[in-house]
Amino acid sequence: MKVLVPVKRVLDYNLKVRVKADGTGVDLSNLKMSMNPFDEIAVEEAVRMKEGGGGHPAGTATEVVAISIGPEQAQETIRTALAMGADRGILVKAEGEVEPLAVAKLLKAIVDAEQPGLVILGKQAIDDDSNQVGQMLAALLDWPQATFASKIVVAGGKINVTREIDGGLQTLSLETPAIVTTDLRLNEPRYASLPNIMKAKKKPIDAKTPADLGVDVAPRLTVVKVADPPKRQGGAKVKTVQDLVAGLKAAGVI
Amino acid sequence: MPAPTGALTFDALRPPSPFMGETHRAWRDSLRKFIERELAPHVTEWDEAGHVPRDVFLKAGAFGLLGAGFPEQYGGWSEGFDRFHGIVTSEELARLGAGGVSAALMIHGIGLPPILAIGTEEMKQRIAPPVLRGEMQISLAITEPDAGSDVANLTTRAERRGEAYIVNGAKMYITGGMTSHYATTAVRTGGAGAGGVSLLLIDLSAKGVTRTPLKKQGWWASDTAALYFDDVEVPADHLIGAENQGFAGIMRNFNGERLGMASGATASARVCIEDAAAWAQQRQTFGKRLADHQVIRHKIAEMVQRVNATTAYLEHCAWRVTQGETPVADLCLLKVQATQTLEFCAREATQIMGGAGYMRGSRIERIYREVRVNAIGGGSEEIMRDLAARQLGL
Ligand SMILES: Cc1cc2nc3c(=O)[nH]c(=O)nc-3n(C[C@H](O)[C@H](O)[C@H](O)COP(=O)(O)OP(=O)(O)OC[C@H]3O[C@@H](n4cnc5c(N)ncnc54)[C@H](O)[C@@H]3O)c2cc1C
Repeated sequence: MKVLVPVKRVLDYNLKVRVKADGTGVDLSNLKMSMNPFDEIAVEEAVRMKEGGGGHPAGTATEVVAISIGPEQAQETIRTALAMGADRGILVKAEGEVEPLAVAKLLKAIVDAEQPGLVILGKQAIDDDSNQVGQMLAALLDWPQATFASKIVVAGGKINVTREIDGGLQTLSLETPAIVTTDLRLNEPRYASLPNIMKAKKKPIDAKTPADLGVDVAPRLTVVKVADPPKRQGGAKVKTVQDLVAGLKAAGVI
Repeated sequence: MPAPTGALTFDALRPPSPFMGETHRAWRDSLRKFIERELAPHVTEWDEAGHVPRDVFLKAGAFGLLGAGFPEQYGGWSEGFDRFHGIVTSEELARLGAGGVSAALMIHGIGLPPILAIGTEEMKQRIAPPVLRGEMQISLAITEPDAGSDVANLTTRAERRGEAYIVNGAKMYITGGMTSHYATTAVRTGGAGAGGVSLLLIDLSAKGVTRTPLKKQGWWASDTAALYFDDVEVPADHLIGAENQGFAGIMRNFNGERLGMASGATASARVCIEDAAAWAQQRQTFGKRLADHQVIRHKIAEMVQRVNATTAYLEHCAWRVTQGETPVADLCLLKVQATQTLEFCAREATQIMGGAGYMRGSRIERIYREVRVNAIGGGSEEIMRDLAARQLGL
């Protein structure tokens, strides 16, 4: 089974974001960019399916292809996936914001060409938190989907996915080909070792453009305003229970 | 610590390097993840406890940190590895602000190279792979109670008797000496001076070896020992390189060590800026942020100025080494430049932090106590300048 893993280049999760002074977005200048953490989990799962591990016998995946849509530098995000164990990469070069629907359409075009048995995506990207691409891709392909996977078992031609939902665990059984999106507890991604980083340099990355794939990526959404969350107000100490109750009443909480 | 922001974070302070490419950035990212997950949460505890647990060496071995830069056939990874990957390694370890942890984990970085450079094939195969897996530890033992800077006058004696050397003498301030399995040891096999020095691989569990732990100002996580050799029998085939040719091996080793120490010291100085700047932007005195007092702003600006100048020198020296040169004078002066920059930044950062900088448990406080070992070990500032002056033909 061939597995495709889309990976997005986002602001490093350790960094505090700053809203641009004009309120049009977040300031990304000179900041460290990394692979979206949920996508790292997706890469890890796919590589385990190939190499064996995490409950998957080796060979569950026959090939792992990492795809990134973004600027030239998104190639480094693909290299990270290659250093973790993916076999080859596809870079779809696109400057500026590419909205979830356009991403899903681009991925559909690649899926049509590559014919994978499974596409594993992060459930959302930590920059815009849209949580849409996996679902949209499933709809465009008319494939079964299981989102927020915390466990994946491939058996008897089916993909069984455990999802953490309110009140318990739900298990879905999907026919292949299928779409799965990853949740935080699916696995703990590996660190790429130095030799694998060096080997990744030699793995092939195909470059494409949205035009090659016949997709119009012009934005359809307008960002009205981006603002910082309201500053937290400092707390106050009270001396007695009466003061506390009075304070809560005054705040209109009780 | 408050989270630093903007241009004064460790990463933003690192000037972009014209010599680093994709694999250097990838190595930094991966190493940072390893360090943040496996080392950073524990360094304060390990430093206070005075040791790094054994399983951490195994993890560092499995990840490839210990083998980075060593040849593949002995269990390392060197294909495509250059001095700048080494600089990345030193910088990321320095970011912990716990030099003792780096010293403990990376001590093979000075103990192993002489074996790989001039040792026998059998010795390389036997020692290097387990060391790089983190299963075995090897120290470098040069300094003696009566011979530190003056290496050529060391007096630990090794007498050839049949198929063995009988070793008598003592070694001082040996990093990892309490816990290492082996020590690459400088001994006198011939006459006086540099021409009578050899290197011997000594098993530290051999009969006649005693070790005493030494307490010290900083670097607590790495143990330091005095080693005593009393009629220690060392098989003759444990000789590293030819007899009486050890001095050149020692000196060559120093060049790599100095570049490594300079990278670490410069990055530690950058840590000082990061923590001091974060503090200065948050701490209020006399109705405004510390960072708004001109004296404090200028301290931080001067720290940045010195660290950036040192970084440029460091990278240029490293580039020359990758071009096949051994710019001995500059490597010596670079080490002085780096440790003096560290000294300045550790002082100013502690000063900016006030009482908080004097309290145990912060990076700055530990770094402050690590300044002197950087300025003295691996060739002291005075010796470095003297060597540079000689190299310059003065
Ligand atoms: C924490 C720590 C770990 C160490 N780990 C190791 C290790 O693993 N292996 C190892 O072999 N050694 C190790 N050392 C020893 C270190 O390399 C020596 O301390 C160093 O070489 C200086 O030698 P010394 O201490 O004997 O000082 P000395 O040589 O006695 O020098 C004392 C002072 O005099 C100055 N001085 C000496 N000669 C001259 C001169 N000709 N002109 C001007 N000034 C001069 C020196 O610069 C220094 O300031 C370690 C030291 C420390 C502190």
